[in-house]
Amino acid sequence: MTNPVQQSLRNSSRWKAWEPVFWLLALASPFVLSTHALIINEIAIVALFAISLDLVLGYSGIVSLGHAAFFGMGAYVAALFAKLVMPDPLVGLAVAIAVSASLGAICSLTVLRGSDLTRLMVTLGVALILLELANKLDWLTGGADGLQGVVMGPLLGRFEFDLSGRTAACYSIVVAWLLFVLARRLTGSAFGATLKAIRDNRLRAMAIGIPVSSRLAVIYSIAAGVAGAAGALLAQTTGFASLDVFAFDRSADVMLILVIGGTGWLYGGIAGAVVFKLMQDFLSSITPQYWMFWIGLFLVVLMLVGREKLFNPRKWFKRAGE
Amino acid sequence: MSNAEHTAETVLLAEGLVMRFGGITATNNVTLDLKKGARHALIGPNGAGKTTLINLLTGVLQPTSGRITLLGQDITRLPPNQRVRRGMVRTFQINQLFDSLTPLQTLALTVSQQHGLGTTWWKPLGSDAKVVERCGELLEQFHLTEVMNQPTRELAYGKRRLLEIAIALACEPRVLLLDEPVAGVPAGQREELLQTVAALPSDVSILLIEHDMDLVFSFASRMTVLVNGTVLTEGDPEQIANDPQVKAVYLGHGENAEAGSAHG
Repeated sequence: MTNPVQQSLRNSSRWKAWEPVFWLLALASPFVLSTHALIINEIAIVALFAISLDLVLGYSGIVSLGHAAFFGMGAYVAALFAKLVMPDPLVGLAVAIAVSASLGAICSLTVLRGSDLTRLMVTLGVALILLELANKLDWLTGGADGLQGVVMGPLLGRFEFDLSGRTAACYSIVVAWLLFVLARRLTGSAFGATLKAIRDNRLRAMAIGIPVSSRLAVIYSIAAGVAGAAGALLAQTTGFASLDVFAFDRSADVMLILVIGGTGWLYGGIAGAVVFKLMQDFLSSITPQYWMFWIGLFLVVLMLVGREKLFNPRKWFKRAGE
Repeated sequence: MSNAEHTAETVLLAEGLVMRFGGITATNNVTLDLKKGARHALIGPNGAGKTTLINLLTGVLQPTSGRITLLGQDITRLPPNQRVRRGMVRTFQINQLFDSLTPLQTLALTVSQQHGLGTTWWKPLGSDAKVVERCGELLEQFHLTEVMNQPTRELAYGKRRLLEIAIALACEPRVLLLDEPVAGVPAGQREELLQTVAALPSDVSILLIEHDMDLVFSFASRMTVLVNGTVLTEGDPEQIANDPQVKAVYLGHGENAEAGSAHG
């Protein structure tokens, strides 16, 4: 029996044919493009970070200019855990996720009230506070020199993190994929739908009995955990954590990546990360000092022309409304 | 008929509600008794305190004094979302919809939340058979089936107005507060809406806030007239229409049609 109502509802959460293909290609990329494993690793990490921001910004409507707070927390926790407790990457990753999510739960109290401007400033402030804490507590974090001497154990006790970065890239892609699947289930569920309702119209969401504050607190904590995972991957695959994991640039970059790829769509963060990282890599090899100029120009054109029109050549010569 | 109404169970009881904002008394000792299945209209000129009263009943505002009882339970201090769970649901005078979602998604999430599935995060929306069935019924009832997969922001105004009420009904209300349901609906789409409002389930108690006198007199079996935050009078439509006080204060020249256009 086919019920059109049920089918319509299920269609949006069903896997499309191209999705497994995409993920298989992603997983194959460290082997096929083995000389580029380092940048593949970076892209996977940044894409995961962007997915995390999309959960709060795109799906729940919480603006943030300080998402690096959770990324940085994950990075430092993973690095410190490897250095002080044990070098196993998976245990370190789990601990980093748990600590970042807890930090997110605490910080969620600061984003529930106030306007968008309030949230922008509060999130920015939290990231700055953590940056200065990491700077000041140099007996623990190494301060401005960064946390050095982090030695990671082999993955699953077998795969060493080598200089080529292939193990690292595979590790990051698999973790990103697992968390992506989690995020995908979550955004397609009833819980995810109530988040979109809150994003679209908070007044009505309350009027149909959705406990707005607790829903936002939950998704903010989950997103913080995902961001922490991305930070942990960076620290673990580079064997290093430095203050720039908390930097404002990182929060701004991930916002930019989401804007490039599109919000409220999990693949938007991934697409944005690929475009941004490749562009950054390419431009900085031609013009090491001035590559930000081109990124800036691209951003202005993208926002003024619109994503759909810019990436669809058939629409270039048509006027709006045709 | 009137005998049956008197013996019917009281669903919503507001007693001596007072709301003061600084020195202004927006609601002054208002008492309201809604029986099961009531069709009760709340009318009054602009600034009479109708919106304040809705906000008090739904929990957006806390009354300065007074008591609100829903199904025998005191809900005066409950937050809005818990009142919704107990069956106190409202619609909005200005549509409050989820613009990027489709009507189907909107109703599915509302019904899911109502069935206690709002925190289910692993199963896809619509994997629950009861939710799907209820969504199908609501879409039929509100003539939204053919537009169920269009983004809400693209719907015609009349359809958006229907969805506004459908969302409220998806919350399985015991008491439904309808805030000017036909406001701003173009003539061509009006009939569909009026029929739908008339066909709302008979066991739901409805409090209708409306300026459109045609709708009020065709819909309500009981009316309360609110003036300056105070209940001027309460009675059946005939009593209200012939009440000299009401004529003087609200109906102006005593012509229903004129009053409707003057305040609508």
